[in-house]
Amino acid sequence: MNEFKVLTRDSGNAVIVELHGFLDAHTAPELEKTFTDLLSRGKYKIVVNFNSLNYISSAGLGVFMAYIDEVRNNHGDIKLASMQQKVFNVFDLLGFPFLYEIYKSQDEALNKFNSI
Amino acid sequence: MKRPEKIEDSKLFKSTTDSLAEVREFVNERAAAFGFGDREVSEITLAIDEACTNVIKHAYKGNPDTEFEVRVLASGTEFQVVVRDWGTGFNPEEVPVPDLKDKIKKHKAGGLGIFLMRKLMDTVEYQGRDASNEVRLIRYLRNEQKS
Repeated sequence: MNEFKVLTRDSGNAVIVELHGFLDAHTAPELEKTFTDLLSRGKYKIVVNFNSLNYISSAGLGVFMAYIDEVRNNHGDIKLASMQQKVFNVFDLLGFPFLYEIYKSQDEALNKFNSI
Repeated sequence: MKRPEKIEDSKLFKSTTDSLAEVREFVNERAAAFGFGDREVSEITLAIDEACTNVIKHAYKGNPDTEFEVRVLASGTEFQVVVRDWGTGFNPEEVPVPDLKDKIKKHKAGGLGIFLMRKLMDTVEYQGRDASNEVRLIRYLRNEQKS
């Protein structure tokens, strides 16, 4: 069984969403729940740390697409960070780097929020 | 280890999303045994995950009391995977190439899976057969890594 886990924690004026394991059509609803919860609490500055994410399919990518508009309309952003190469390749194939900010490290992504 | 000349194997999976991890394991092992490198194995596995996700979500519309079949037929340099279901067929030719900006506007990720399958595999073909539908995905082994 491929596990998936989401952890969230505050960092300055942003929230870090840390992903672990395998994000597919089975586990994507759990991440949706996390985003719905964050947005309902008015958290719009979000850094997603992919360091421990081993796998993503289009169902997982769909989650980031579903919330980005609402987040940006509220002067926030979803910044993506620390992707393993094989996970980045999937984002890249679908053209995400043109629409999302993707950083090498979590700190780099956080600094972008903190410098605003 | 010498790679096998031929692989023929099939397995039935329950039509629920928690089968996807098992599907990936089934395909992953066979693609690796056939001689693909890590990156190719990941790409093939992802393409088959997308095909099966479509079956579970669209062909069976989320009905968990059904099954679909994944068949691996590999020989020479051709690694072929056939995903077969007995649900409602659909014509993927009618699914347009996705425009990410447009999809974000509509909050919809549909169509990304088919796009990925086509990007990751050499051939993707759909065929209705009697009461079943098949999607046939082929990836060729290049620079053969025979040992």
